[in-house]
Formats: sequence, C-alpha cells, structure tokens
Amino acid sequence: MSEPRTPVLQRLRTSPLVWPVGAVLTLIVINLIAHSDFLSVQLVHGHMYGNVIDIARNSAPVLLVGLGMTLVIATRGIDLSVGAIAAIAGAVACVFISDASSESAVGTAVEACFLAMAVCVVLGLWNGFLVSVLGIQPIIATLVLMTGGRGVAMLITSAQITTIHNSNYEFISDGFVFTLPFAILLALGLWALTGLIARRTALGLLIEAVGINPEASRLAGVRSRTIIWTVYVFSALCAGLAGLMISANTSAADANSNGLWIELDAILAVVIGGTSLAGGRFSLTGTMIGALFIQTLKTTITAIGISPDYNYLFKAIVVIAVCLVQSPKARARLVGLFRVPRKQAVTA
Amino acid sequence: MKQVELSKDPAAGDPSQQPAAGTATPIVEMTDISIAFGGVPALSKVSLRLFPGEVHALMGENGAGKSTMIKALTGVYAVDSGHVALDGERRHFHSPADSQAAGISTVYQEVNLCTNLTVAENMMLGRQPRRCGGSDRRAMNRQAQEILERLGLDVNPSSPLSAHPIAIQQLVAIARAVSVDARVLILDEPTSSLDADEVEKLFEVMRTLRARGVAIVFVSHFLDQVFQISDRMTVLRNGNLVGEVMTQETSQLEVVKMMIGRELEVLEKLERESSDTGRGSTDQPVLKVLGIGRKGSVEAVDLDLYEGEVIGLAGLLGSGRTELARLLFGADAADRGELAVRAEPTRPRTPRHAIKRKIAFASENRRAEGVFEDLTVADNMLLALQAARGWLRPIPTGMRNRIVREYIEALDIRPTEPNALMRNLSGGNQQKVLLARWLITQPEILILDEPTRGIDVGAKAQIQQLVADLSRRGVAVVFISAELEEVLRLSDRLVVMRDRRKIDERPNDDVKVSDVLEIIAGAQASEERDHV
Repeated sequence: MSEPRTPVLQRLRTSPLVWPVGAVLTLIVINLIAHSDFLSVQLVHGHMYGNVIDIARNSAPVLLVGLGMTLVIATRGIDLSVGAIAAIAGAVACVFISDASSESAVGTAVEACFLAMAVCVVLGLWNGFLVSVLGIQPIIATLVLMTGGRGVAMLITSAQITTIHNSNYEFISDGFVFTLPFAILLALGLWALTGLIARRTALGLLIEAVGINPEASRLAGVRSRTIIWTVYVFSALCAGLAGLMISANTSAADANSNGLWIELDAILAVVIGGTSLAGGRFSLTGTMIGALFIQTLKTTITAIGISPDYNYLFKAIVVIAVCLVQSPKARARLVGLFRVPRKQAVTA
Repeated sequence: MKQVELSKDPAAGDPSQQPAAGTATPIVEMTDISIAFGGVPALSKVSLRLFPGEVHALMGENGAGKSTMIKALTGVYAVDSGHVALDGERRHFHSPADSQAAGISTVYQEVNLCTNLTVAENMMLGRQPRRCGGSDRRAMNRQAQEILERLGLDVNPSSPLSAHPIAIQQLVAIARAVSVDARVLILDEPTSSLDADEVEKLFEVMRTLRARGVAIVFVSHFLDQVFQISDRMTVLRNGNLVGEVMTQETSQLEVVKMMIGRELEVLEKLERESSDTGRGSTDQPVLKVLGIGRKGSVEAVDLDLYEGEVIGLAGLLGSGRTELARLLFGADAADRGELAVRAEPTRPRTPRHAIKRKIAFASENRRAEGVFEDLTVADNMLLALQAARGWLRPIPTGMRNRIVREYIEALDIRPTEPNALMRNLSGGNQQKVLLARWLITQPEILILDEPTRGIDVGAKAQIQQLVADLSRRGVAVVFISAELEEVLRLSDRLVVMRDRRKIDERPNDDVKVSDVLEIIAGAQASEERDHV
C-alpha cells in the first residue's frame, strides 16, 4: 500500500523545523545587509575561514551540550549541571596534563581526555541516581551538581587558573581536518551518532514513551529507571566533551568561568529546536538549528553594531519573538489581531 | 420496592418519618437541580433534602451524579435550573467559600491538609486567634483541643499532622470542617482509605455530630457502612433521581437494584453465549493465587486460574476488583501472599516482572495508564514487545510491518494507517490498539480491567468476541466489568468481590444477574462467607 505523497511545499510548511530554520535565515539576511561579504569563505593554507565557519565552530559546545539536554528533556527532565560538569572535565584534563611528566605529548592529551570522560560518567551516574532512584525532581537534583560542581572544579585546580601547553589538546578546539575545524566535525559527528543510536535502536522510542506517559510506560514494562539513568550519563558525557573543547580553546581550566551559563543556552537551543519542555517527542536536528541560531544571534548583535549595553536585552526580545512564532496558538492570535479590524470595517 | 415520591412541597413530607431530631423542616433543600456540561446533562431535575440530626447517604454508581450534586450544593458548579434553599430561603452559592460561610462544610476523599503543619494549625488555618499582630499559638492549641475533645478524639493538637495515620488525618479534616459551626457536613468517600477500626472511630464522630443536630451527607461505595450509619438515602442513576428512601425501610438488594436500575427479568432472558470454551484438560492452574493482598487495598485473596478459562470479577466500584487485578500484575506491590505461575512461585513486584511471566494487564484507566497520545498507532502497539526486548534489539522493520498490519486487520482498527497519531483515534479504537499491544506479547494470562467501558456498541461486541476467541486458544483471562451481563456472558467462573474481599466464587452455570446482585447486596453474605 503506498500512501499519497504530500506535496513538498506543504510538507515543508507543516514541518516543525520551518520556524527555527526561518529564524536563522532571517538573521543571515540581516547580516548580509550589514556586510555584503558575510557569507564569503576563504581557503587559507588549506583551512576554511569566514563568518559562517566561525559561527559553526563557536556553536559547537552548545550543540554538544544541547544533544544531551535534548534526550534529558525528552524524558521530562532537565539537567542544570552541564556547565559545572564542563568545568570539571576541563579542570581534570588540564590538571592531568600540567602534572604529567611529558606535558606536550600526544599520549598525555589522549589520556587526559579519557580520564575527564570517565569522571563525567561518574557525575552523570550521580545525577541519574538522584533522579531515577531517589525520585528527586530533576531541576533540584541537578541543581546540586550545578552549584557543588564548580566547587569540585575549584578543588581540582586548587582554585588556580591552570594553563597548559599541549598543541595536541588544543587541536580539539583549533585543529582542522579536511579543511574544516575539528570542533565542527566533532559536534556534527556526535549529532549523527546520537541520531543513529536514538532512531536505529529503540532507545528514542522508549525515551519518548517515558517522557509522554511515565505510568503507562511502567505498566508496559519499560525500564524507565535505566533509561532515565542512561540519558543523564549521556548528558554528562556531552557536557564533558564541551568542557574539553572550551578549555582547549584557551588552553586553560578556569573553574569559575568555563561553561558558565551554557546550560541556559543549551536549554534554549532545545526549545527553539521544537522539543517541548513537557517531554516526549524530541528533535536532535532541531537542537542543532537552535544552537546555530543562538550563535548567529550573538554574531549579529556585534555585526549590526548594537551597543553592548543592550546586548542581553536584544537577545531576550529576539528569543521571545522566536518562541512566540513557533507556538501555533500565539500565531493564531497574531493573525487574529490583524484580521479583526478588517471585519469590523466591513460590518461598519 | 418502596420509594418515597419526592414532592415539590417539603411540608407534604410525612413528619412521622423523621427520626429523633424531631423537626420536619429540612436545613437544605435542593429542588429540581439540572446541570449540563457542554450540552451533556450531568444532572436532570434532581432533588435532595437534608434534615438536621440525620445522616443522609447519597447513593449511585460511578457517574451517577453524586459528586456533581455535591458540587452544586457547595457552589463549585453553577446550576442551570432548579434552586437551593437554606432554612427555606433561596440561596445562590458562587463559590465553596460562600457555602462554607453559610455553614456547609465538605471533606473530600483525599485529605487536603498540610501534613507539615501541626494538627491545631491545620484545624485553625485562616482563622488563627491573633494577639499583638501575631498568631496566638496557645489560644489556637486550646481551641483546637476543645473541638477535638467534643468529638471524642484523643489527639495532641501541637503534634505535626504527618505523625498521624491517614485515618486520624481524615478525622482532623472533619474536625476542621465542623469547627466552623457547620450545620451541614459533606463526607465524600471518607472511608475509602480506612480499615475497620478506623471506620468505627469515624462513625462515632459522625454519631456525635448527628446528636448535635448536624445534617451529614455520606457518600460511600461500601453498602454495609451505608446501612450501618445512615438514616435516609437518596439514590441517583445516570444523573436522574431514582428515589429517596428511609434506610430502615429498605434492603441492600433493593438499593442495589435502584442503583443499577435495570429490569431484572428482561436481563435474565438475555441469551448467554454458550461458553463451551471450557477449561483445558490440565489439572494444574496456570496461575495460583495464594493469599495475595495489600493493606488498605485488598484483603488476602485465593484464586486458581486455568488454561483457557475466563474468570469474571464482579463487584461494585470500590469492591476491590481493580485493586486485585493490579496486585496480580505487580502494578501495585502486594504486601502479603504469593503467586505461582505454572507452579513456579513468585511475587509480582513490578509489571516488568509479571510481563516476563506472560501476564498482561490492560488498565481501566486508558488515558492515564495506557495510551501514548503523541506516538503513532504502530509504536503504541509495539511498545510492550519492544520494552521486553530491550532498546538494543529494535524490532526489525519487516517484522514490525507484518505484526502491525496483522493486528490492525484482526482487530479492525480504524484508521488502518499505522502511522496515525494515537490521539486522533476514537476511544474504542484506542482500546483495541492497547489490546493489540498485549496480544503481541503473547500472554498466557490476560487481565482486562473494564476493556469495554466508554466505547461504542460495535467495538464492544468485537472485544467480547476477541475474549471468547482467546480463551478458546488457551489464554487464561481475568475479565472485569461493571456490566454484570457482560461478565456473565463471557466468564466460565465467577468471583464476586465486596468491601475489598472475595466473598463468593462459583462456576458460571446459568448464574443470573439477580443472583449476583443478591450476593453483592449481602443477602447471602453470612452464608457465603463460610464457604470462602
């Protein structure tokens, strides 16, 4: 049985991704008006450079964190601790490298990354334990590590900004592979892998089931506890990768500022991407577009010369606008606002 | 059946029928109350009289309109027509606060007090005695103590509420309700979470209040309790008034008949589909239940279930039939007794545990406990199977398509599109998808709680047919339904529940609806108890 194909245009219009993509495109047009060479990309010494490449690279940490956040939110949860976890991961890796006998060796960098990831697994297990076993509300459970985690990072770095010299470690943030920044490829790679695992196995379905109706899931025999635990560990791993990337960017671990407020950007990316905070259906592609949107917005604010004083206010207004436009109810109201006067004019 | 016809004029009521209170004027008189929700009538022309110093039981099945009637009285709902009079004077209550100010207090089924506050604080909340701008704790405790003593309750007013069992909390809620000089006290299912001793304590308090002239409205599914405590009852059915009767002048059987309200003779003529499905030849039960129970839910139950057998669980709502089903599946954990599935002893701890032992359970609460509205029909169907396989072993596409197509066809699910969202299906079709979810796991024991509730006649017949077919194929089925005809038509053996106990078990040899009603009504209770 073949179902009738819906026309491409109509499918585009009903796709939930239409609004976030539209928002990104709008920002690009604004940038193009400000600087006509906005989209130009140059190849220098086999490396791509340009505004677009910068945006993509700078959005990589938020995208990484956003991937984990998407799955957590799909289970009706939230993970506020990702920023602190990123700081811890950076701290663990940098302190390990600076204490190592051969500070600039490849092996040291690799070992540091694995160690940091292992620590992240433990942190994720802790979050998952609080949420799925003790049944603490996710926002509170992860608040523990959000505030406590920075303290842990301070302990690891002895409250110092630990700077390191290891070009292999810096590669995570500054390296190029096939003319593209490694950071972009890493984030894209994880996005593809997550999508593959979620949709090719049954994990995505079970995550959505737990998020849509926890009680029905339990009665259908879904191992909700394991699934919730898994997503928090995954979220911590994603945050850890982002933390490595952030610390590699400055070659330093700063327990106070690394990954600061990244949880809010990640949640924003998820929401702009169309995943409901109420849990259930999720879209990893949406999150990717959300992350790109946030970074493009940051670039736009500087590009069109908005005073730094109004920076946050402007960002807030744009975000509210995008969220409103995405909501069918708000759209209907908006359209209604414009229609009502016309009707009255006719009857009058 | 004795039914006192309600007359429009209260003065026409025979004063000799009034109990000791000695007054024939009702405190509250609700006349011809009609309420509709979105065009669907919930109450039509129902009247209710509450006399001082009387316990008045409001009776009816689930959905008969008891709660709506209470909410009309307390001002939660506005009435479409009819009127409420207090002391003979017409009143309009616009909110619960309005009615409370007029002396009408309500205690709902769930205790809605603050467990982290003290007993006295809970009782006096919102009207604490004040001194020097702050609240006067000593005076508050003293006042609370006085009220508690008047009700004969020995509770320390300064102890935190959480330190007391639910029963005491319930009594504190009542103490709070009557402490505002209530003249009318409404108790909505106050005994549903209490055990026998606690119920007796509640009744003592109720008698104390009755002696003081309070009019008490008592809503309960427990017939014994109703007959023990009430003086007068009003029976509702499908939003209509069936009648007002004096408790002393009626019997449990009559009241049950009034509540269910069908012409029994007609029912008995209903052709029962010959259930030659019979039990299999095996002597060993598929499921042996040994004293499974849970405090406050079901008392210990013994039961044997054989291959290819349909056991019908009959009983009124709140009789423990759903609770028993949930214990068998591990949806609620049993705290006593055990099960043996094919002679292998086990105690069902979680649904997952039960599913592994080939037990399946379709909950009566389709929306909250079954349906995933935002998932497709196919995903909804395959969820239990997928959960059993684990996330690492997704169901292969070919197998998936084959199974889904097979069940959509077999159960005649509309629309036939596997990718339709579940939320867009009608109740009957959603129910079929949920049944498919369980059939796909190929259970040996299938527990169906109200599988035909709220669905149209066609789907209902199909589901009944399906149950018969399944038992023919050797599946053991536990079938629960509020519709006795349906239970009798399908089951090989009948288990009757009442007041959270199994009170009767018998082969379904031409058992009639009236027989079951008699058992439920307890006409034979004492006799039957000896058999159990």
